[in-house]
Amino acid sequence: MPEEKKPEFWRWLETNWVNPDIKWEDAQIITAGIDVGSVSSQALVMTDGEIYAYGNMRTGSDSPDSARSALKFALEKTTLPQEKIHYCIGTGYGRVNVPMADRSVTEIACHARGANFIYGPQVRTVLDVGGQDIKAIRCDDKGKVTNFLMNDKCAAGTGRGMEVFSDLLSVPIGDVGDRSFQIDKEPIAVSSTCVVYAKSEATGLLRKGLDTNEVLAAYCSAMADRIYSLLERVGVEPEFAITGGMAKNRGVIDRLKKKMGIEPMKTKWDTQLAGAVGAALFGYALTKKGKGSGN
Amino acid sequence: MITAGIDCGAKNTKTVILKDGKIIGKGMVFTGFEQSEAVKASLEMALKDAGITAQDLSHIGGTGSGAKSIQEADVKVNDIKAMSMAAHYFFPHSRTVADVGAEEGRAAKCDEKGNVVDFAINEKCAAGAGAFIEAMGRALETPLTEMGELALSSDKAIAMNAQCTIFAESEVVGLIHAKTAKKDISKAIHDAMASRIVSMIRRIGVNPDIVMIGGVAYNSGFVSALHRELAVEKIYVPEDPEFGAAVGAAVVAAVDGQ
Repeated sequence: MPEEKKPEFWRWLETNWVNPDIKWEDAQIITAGIDVGSVSSQALVMTDGEIYAYGNMRTGSDSPDSARSALKFALEKTTLPQEKIHYCIGTGYGRVNVPMADRSVTEIACHARGANFIYGPQVRTVLDVGGQDIKAIRCDDKGKVTNFLMNDKCAAGTGRGMEVFSDLLSVPIGDVGDRSFQIDKEPIAVSSTCVVYAKSEATGLLRKGLDTNEVLAAYCSAMADRIYSLLERVGVEPEFAITGGMAKNRGVIDRLKKKMGIEPMKTKWDTQLAGAVGAALFGYALTKKGKGSGN
Repeated sequence: MITAGIDCGAKNTKTVILKDGKIIGKGMVFTGFEQSEAVKASLEMALKDAGITAQDLSHIGGTGSGAKSIQEADVKVNDIKAMSMAAHYFFPHSRTVADVGAEEGRAAKCDEKGNVVDFAINEKCAAGAGAFIEAMGRALETPLTEMGELALSSDKAIAMNAQCTIFAESEVVGLIHAKTAKKDISKAIHDAMASRIVSMIRRIGVNPDIVMIGGVAYNSGFVSALHRELAVEKIYVPEDPEFGAAVGAAVVAAVDGQ
């Protein structure tokens, strides 16, 4: 499973991985999906529709560079040369700036398709909590989008908000979830989730005598509230799956689960990969139909 | 009668000493973590400025987001009441008052006596508060005090797409990379923020005269953007607008304390 790389103080870990059971030389079709998000970028390589290798890292200030380095990172542990990739699809916030992509597909379509693959075809509602937006997507058994709602206007409730908060309280982002449950009593959710106000909200709670873990709990709870209100509007049909980085934060997800009364699906894959998986799958389908490049 | 008004805000704590309707002392300190310490310090500063002692005060009015930490206050004044009384104190003809602070924006409609008729508040989103311009100033690497003047020197109208302060920071960085002139970016920032305050004011109605108080009123670029957006003859700004709510609290303390 993924090897951890560069554990910085509060940042999440960048990982890359290669499937030891697959020999790319035997593959008929090799496709890549590159998801350049606002905070993280993933490059994923598929051999005949199976996940072969991936890299997950932070997006830099420049989208083309982020796409290039994510793909390089994904291929780092493989012997696969980049030119052997038949088809490459770019997705995400920076999808128009993926220089090696043959075409681009919206992240909504890719997340639904990707969730269908990593969680299974039973998934009907996908919640994607990314670095700078939240999407609630309804889809069919093929992973095709039937409806969606998105909040990309406000940073509250997004991964970026959680990063600011974990930095503010000097708690490594990977520990936020667990620590938010190391409390005696569940505190009241913070009333204002604005990321800019995080500092005064936190100071206010610490002033009232809450400890760091309780402040984390109050913030996770508020984030769960925000995400829940978006889900309520789109309507949740089981099975329900969560993608994006926030899926790894049980402080938010367990509280959301409690509000919804629905158990989200589980996966062995990194939840941040969904968009890139969907993109690589679209590339695979296109190439198989003879619509890929070089055909 | 001598009264004091203390406004414990998100960023600064302000105190005003009022003697028979005249301001005789002022004090302002950074609020910081310990609100009650800030309250004490600003009160002491104002008393010293006025040349009197705490014993000379008949009443103390407390207001602001940290009002609970003002143990000295015997009269609690809510934020809306404080702002409309302040507007009435400086400009008796005022009917609409906007108070834009570091983390909150408020608008109130008032009658000829300064009583509140209607009001609207934004305390949920930094995009409609001083924190927005502060954050954009950081992205532009321009001191807050120069942001307004910079905006005034531009005559271009660039629209900002992002509403959220966090996302607007990235947008400003994008504009810098696209070689947009600093003054034009600064104007776009003030226009964006002004349009949000205007939509809040419209909720309660635009009734002249319009008064603006709060720290953001120091920013001439913002006042000019607000003026343009509201399309009114004039926006009245008192001297030292950041002390507005404290003045209002001192006025209320003098009336209610009797």
